[in-house]
Amino acid sequence: MKQYDLVIVGGGPAGLAAAVSAKDSGIDSILIIERDKELGGILNQCIHNGFGLHTFKEELTGPEYASRFISQAAERGIAYKLNTMVMDISPEKKVTAMNREDGMFEIEAKAVILAMGCRERSRGALNIPGYRPAGIYSAGTAQRLVNMEGYMPGREVVILGSGDIGLIMARRMTLEGAKVKVVAELMPYSGGLKRNIVQCLDDFDIPLKLSHTVVDIEGKERVEAVTIAEVGCDRRPIPGTEERYTCDTLLLSCGLIPENELSKSAGVSINPVTSGPVVNDSLETNISGIFACGNVLHVHDLVDYVSQEAAAAGKNAAAYIKNGAPAETKTVEIHPVDGVRYTVPKYIRPAEMDDHLTVRFRVGEVYKNRCIAVYFDDTLISRRKRPVMAPGEMEQVILSKAKLSEFPDLGKITIRIEEGE
Amino acid sequence: MYDVAIIGAGVTGSAIARELSRYQANICVIDREEDVCGGTSKANSAIIHAGFDAAPGSLKARLNVRGNQMMDALAKELDIPFLRNGSLVTCTKDQDRSGLEALLEKGKKNGVPDLRILERGELLTLEPNLGDDVVCALYAPTGGIVCPFHMTMAFAENACVNGVSFFLNTKVTSIRKEDAGYAIETTHTDTGAAETFRAKAVVNAAGVYADTLNNMVSSRKIHITARKGEYCLLDKDAGTHVSHTIFQLPSKMGKGVLVTPTVHGNLLVGPTAVDVENKEAVNTTQDGLDTLSRTASLSVKNLPMRQVITSFAGLRAHEDGDDFVIGEAPDAKGFINAAGIESPGLSSAPAIGETVAELVRGLLSLSEKPDFVAERRGILRPETLSMEERNRLIRENPAYGNIICRCEMITEGEILDAIHRPLGARSLDGVKRRTRAGMGRCQAGFCSPRTMEILEREVPMRIYDITKNGVGSNIVVGVNKEL
Repeated sequence: MKQYDLVIVGGGPAGLAAAVSAKDSGIDSILIIERDKELGGILNQCIHNGFGLHTFKEELTGPEYASRFISQAAERGIAYKLNTMVMDISPEKKVTAMNREDGMFEIEAKAVILAMGCRERSRGALNIPGYRPAGIYSAGTAQRLVNMEGYMPGREVVILGSGDIGLIMARRMTLEGAKVKVVAELMPYSGGLKRNIVQCLDDFDIPLKLSHTVVDIEGKERVEAVTIAEVGCDRRPIPGTEERYTCDTLLLSCGLIPENELSKSAGVSINPVTSGPVVNDSLETNISGIFACGNVLHVHDLVDYVSQEAAAAGKNAAAYIKNGAPAETKTVEIHPVDGVRYTVPKYIRPAEMDDHLTVRFRVGEVYKNRCIAVYFDDTLISRRKRPVMAPGEMEQVILSKAKLSEFPDLGKITIRIEEGE
Repeated sequence: MYDVAIIGAGVTGSAIARELSRYQANICVIDREEDVCGGTSKANSAIIHAGFDAAPGSLKARLNVRGNQMMDALAKELDIPFLRNGSLVTCTKDQDRSGLEALLEKGKKNGVPDLRILERGELLTLEPNLGDDVVCALYAPTGGIVCPFHMTMAFAENACVNGVSFFLNTKVTSIRKEDAGYAIETTHTDTGAAETFRAKAVVNAAGVYADTLNNMVSSRKIHITARKGEYCLLDKDAGTHVSHTIFQLPSKMGKGVLVTPTVHGNLLVGPTAVDVENKEAVNTTQDGLDTLSRTASLSVKNLPMRQVITSFAGLRAHEDGDDFVIGEAPDAKGFINAAGIESPGLSSAPAIGETVAELVRGLLSLSEKPDFVAERRGILRPETLSMEERNRLIRENPAYGNIICRCEMITEGEILDAIHRPLGARSLDGVKRRTRAGMGRCQAGFCSPRTMEILEREVPMRIYDITKNGVGSNIVVGVNKEL
């Protein structure tokens, strides 16, 4: 059986940044396993710009952003296998993978980093009634067809969901010659970044209908029309508000789901809110030596944050490989309440954590002029005013080890959204 | 001139074709869809019923019980995924248990073996997730589950190998009696080309349209109503929520819905029952989907309906007489109906095939074919092999090392097999129904562009001509900036 110190599952932005960081932290025996025919992951089909403003202080396209990390990995001589599917990960960190050349093979790893990314919610999962014709695509599938294969999936388009890929595809389909008639969003707010609403919809006069959903799909062979309706507070359609749009295509951009089938096979505990692993301050799961980062951990808004998080996972996995599992130490749970939906990480170990730890989360609804407050037990530690917070954008707080050391008997950390200055 | 023309390549037509292919005869199967199993056979409960439900003495009762008995040997011979998981008909505290006893008696009369009524205590050891109000249930150990796609394809492929010609994308527009038999006028659904088929005998297995065909040649009219059934299919994570097929005792509120595992490990909930005018109305409805989760929860608790991965609707071919219509039309010699095949049609298909083939054999005095090939092997599933066997397979054919569908872990090798075998796949749904590529939790979002590449290369066909499931359901409409 082959042996590596570190196996990284997924060669997208998370896997690449984790590999580079682990290598820079002194680990030489690293293997990235990627199922696609090239490294870079989903960034390869994200040909629009806007990537890397935080990381590289310039605006890059998705493939350009990926190529920076691919080069960094190449400069470091990090090994990778393409066209290779990981079939199973055991709790003992035995990784089973398969490809055309090697067949099915097993690898023993000292540590594993999960970096498999996420998938799109399908029409079936949304339970939209109607026919099941051709012409219904997840936005990402359409993006692959258009941007990588050069084929147009349709001429007249309705989009359900205002996730970022849907917004980007509204613009892309328009630029490629299709007519995007409307974007319907179930929630009373957009699921995507504000800048994408402006640049992809407003600039092209594409209407965004909030609190609307698709209630019928017509067409037996190919989509012929889609009916949308307004929804009430219970998110159920309001009779009488139906509007019918003739179209040949329905794109769905209704949320991303971390791909944790392999994580589950390894016994990793999953947070039902994020659908990603529960991790501690070193991004380690409940299975010793298995770490997670990127969209498999929780769906990110910006790839820059994926890279940052993955670099931390790589560094932490390197420390684990060199030093072994740390001794049992006090663990404090972070409680997300009052508008904070979850936090990553969920647990911190004050004795083991870095001097400063970034805790990322999303809020459950749109908040204006509210504060993000952090409590150690009942003591208010910090309160930061935010003019706008929306579920489509990630928020963060930074916890300091020095501050935590002032609370040796700390029972819990609470992060909440509250009124105030 | 054909000896026999079978109209309809669903499970009924295909089973008949397979049984008739034992004889020396020139046989064709005609269907308007681009693939076999394109109508009612593709959207149903995927159940091999035990046979206690139909009225004693009816064709439904006799052929169901006979079909059920045939399944073990048939599954082996034709490599059909089939499991006798047993079925339960649940009775709640608000229902009259005499209904269950009546069902038991009916089942005994129909010849269903080993039926018995179980009380709640024993039931919970079988099915811990039964609803809190379930007090007893009729247990039928011979009930089973099957893959209806594979069952239909197994019959059709085996018929094809034994010399039956299949004409797909071919829609029958009229049938008329001629001196030597029947002339069947058809239109090609893609090219519009007209073609006339002539046959000494016609078998009408046209599903919801079987009445139209019968009424073209017979004054003994039949009338078929399309009765819609909607279903939800749940993720494999929910697949072990129950292990038996859980029916509900019919009540004034309706026939109830079933909850069952599928042979592939998903959980299926359905069907509703609503008569519809439009025989093409395979759409799901908000009402239907709402009804399913509400009704199913009466027999099974904590159903994880959030794990639905797709929903679909099928149309049952309900004949006014409430029984199968099988046999030669009284005033149309050589025109044989296999009509009104609604539930338990799938369960009865093997027996219908046998019965109709015997009828036709007598009619045309057919003799047996010495070189009939009885066995058919399905698509090889590498996941059933040991790692060593799997690696041997990959060395012989590296395509078996290349995963195309990540959810169901389907390899390129399986897709190539699906395309190149008899009556091979020509569409995304064709690949899906044969291999399960695209049938998992992401519902083809990941694999459809990859499967399209394989179809383009292997059939070969133009990317623009690749469809979801036949004429008009094209996936791409042009190239960028050229619309």
